[in-house]
Amino acid sequence: MELKDLYEGFRNPQTIKSFASEIAKEAKNLKEPLRVMEVCGGHTHTIMKYGLLQILPDNIKFVHGPGCPVCIMPKERIDHAISLAKMDNTILCTLGDMIRVPGSKSSLAKERANGADIRALYSPLDVIKIAEENSDKSIVFFAIGFETTTPMTAAVIDYVVKNKISNVFFHINHVLVPPAVRAIMNPGKAKINAFIGPSHVSVITGSKIYEPLSNEYKTPIVVSGFEPVDVMEAILLLVKQKNAGKAEVEIEYKRSVTRDGNIKAQELIEKHLEVREHFRWRGIGDIPQSALKLKDEYSHLDAEVQFRDKLSNEEIDDHKQCICGTILQGLAYPQDCKVFAKVCTPNNPLGSCMVSDEGACNAYYRYGSIENE
Amino acid sequence: MPTIDMGALKMNSVQLSQGGGASESNALVNDLFYKYFSNDILLKSEDAAVLQVNKNIAFTTDSYTVNPIFFKGGDIGKISIAGTTNDLAMMGAKPLYLSCGFIIEEGFAYDDLEKIVKSMADELKSSGAKIVCGDTKVVPRGAVDKIFINTSGIGEIKAQNISSHNLNEGDAILVSRDIGAHGATILSQREELSIKSDLQSDCASLWSVVEKVLESKITPSAMRDATRGGMAAVLNEWAETSNICIELQEDAIPVQNEVKGICEIFGFEPTDFANEGTFVLSVKKSDAKRTLEILKEYSQNAAIIGKVTKKRVGKVIVNTAYGSSRYLDMPKGELLPRIC
Repeated sequence: MELKDLYEGFRNPQTIKSFASEIAKEAKNLKEPLRVMEVCGGHTHTIMKYGLLQILPDNIKFVHGPGCPVCIMPKERIDHAISLAKMDNTILCTLGDMIRVPGSKSSLAKERANGADIRALYSPLDVIKIAEENSDKSIVFFAIGFETTTPMTAAVIDYVVKNKISNVFFHINHVLVPPAVRAIMNPGKAKINAFIGPSHVSVITGSKIYEPLSNEYKTPIVVSGFEPVDVMEAILLLVKQKNAGKAEVEIEYKRSVTRDGNIKAQELIEKHLEVREHFRWRGIGDIPQSALKLKDEYSHLDAEVQFRDKLSNEEIDDHKQCICGTILQGLAYPQDCKVFAKVCTPNNPLGSCMVSDEGACNAYYRYGSIENE
Repeated sequence: MPTIDMGALKMNSVQLSQGGGASESNALVNDLFYKYFSNDILLKSEDAAVLQVNKNIAFTTDSYTVNPIFFKGGDIGKISIAGTTNDLAMMGAKPLYLSCGFIIEEGFAYDDLEKIVKSMADELKSSGAKIVCGDTKVVPRGAVDKIFINTSGIGEIKAQNISSHNLNEGDAILVSRDIGAHGATILSQREELSIKSDLQSDCASLWSVVEKVLESKITPSAMRDATRGGMAAVLNEWAETSNICIELQEDAIPVQNEVKGICEIFGFEPTDFANEGTFVLSVKKSDAKRTLEILKEYSQNAAIIGKVTKKRVGKVIVNTAYGSSRYLDMPKGELLPRIC
């Protein structure tokens, strides 16, 4: 079997068209427009890349959610990464796009150019190899991501603990989906009446984490895969639930997601990490119990504890012109921002939503303006 | 004065003294470069090569660094010849003469250098171009990463007015083979990824196929090898400089399954990946079919992928098979894998 056999059917033009016409038929019966928040940046990317908005009826709108781990990282945490990277004899490791995100004065990419040893990893497990090859240096893993990437960080912690590796430290920035959804729904301004639930997050957590949300806000939630056919099917399921007056959690992404999720991964996370009292989200502000940290018994591995004197906790807000925060809360679209695509571009991002491929501004910049012109 | 054991110089690695112009460097020149690049002009060993060119010529230069230096389907030597001769070919110029400068890190394996030089000599045969002058510097460890090569080249213009400014509404856009093979190969061979794959770089000289196109009395309005920045960068530059819109049909763009697979895993786009032996052409609509037939003699994966319109001037649009469309943007400077 080839990889394409796994996804080709989920990009089949005929199937996408059939869903489009089925949705158009069902959507005629909607009592109010459907304002769907796709929580995860991966879905934002799919919707924009495949131009799905163009083949959906006018009474279905997407509101782009906060589910891009790079986009929600506040500047002070990026400054932490920069301070850690600038320490003597230190290698800072992190994932992908994090390298480009601007902090208050600099970015990891700029510091790398200035000589800091900063590595963009393909897999968090590379940390171990780097630590073994550089036993005279401190390796700091700046861990980011939602529930999807947390198990891999937990696996690295597990290995470091078991093998008593003494030169690896962790700066944990793992965040959680349900508290973020509450932070957006509670003020009541975003007027969201349906959710597309994240793909990869749900593989780990299971769909059960959304059940309280669906009950509290009387809102249907469909956990969807990342392919265009997945998203189209999820929309159809949401419209059908709305028309039937239901508000349930449904799984469209059945090939990978169960109600209970990956129990082993969940256990590994619980073994090493615990919920943090407070975490400030870029643009949204403090959301209580919305992120994880190392358990106290591992404080000798915790970069935030071990290098406390190098890290400032002053809160730093975004550029005044940047409205990433409002966009992340579903209250505005990228093109509502005065600096969008003018001063702020993927090569010169003012705000984090322009940095990551999963950020709403980036996706609109790359693919989106066709429907906006 | 110390005596120099010439036999020992041929041993394992390149020494600092071999870039110094003294007898040690002569050994490198005679035993390696003259042996493989041998031709009348080079062997004259003058301060500069004397060339007889009476026609309009094209002139280009490029420097080559690649990691790893040996990869499936090529090496830094092959790229340094194919890359520069391809730049000439894309202007409709037959590659004639090349210069070649090596900057080598002290301690670089002699056998590897010989492999690279041999590979360059082999690749020169494809276009018939000659290396007529050159230079070698050996620098201390750490001053370069293993080996850098610069080649400059001149070629005789065989077709006029091929330019990125020349695209016209109605032109057809073609690509000479499937895209992204080089970028995907290099990525898959990065040590830290440990991917097993049969992918090969597309690295190749393009003059022979270009010559065939030109001999068939087809004059492309523009041609460009889609190197760094991939096809996305070429088409965006064309759209901007020619003040037109390029519309692509997504399902017509040829991409190998393995390249698609690597893109799926890491969140990349084949249109952003570098190519080293793949070019994009714009030809009159009436020439499109004939051009495709010629391209197909060299690669079955050649395809007509789009057309020039006025829909959104300065932009490249990808139309999907299910009725939506999106812009194809310029790729970002550094390709980083997605997070989840």
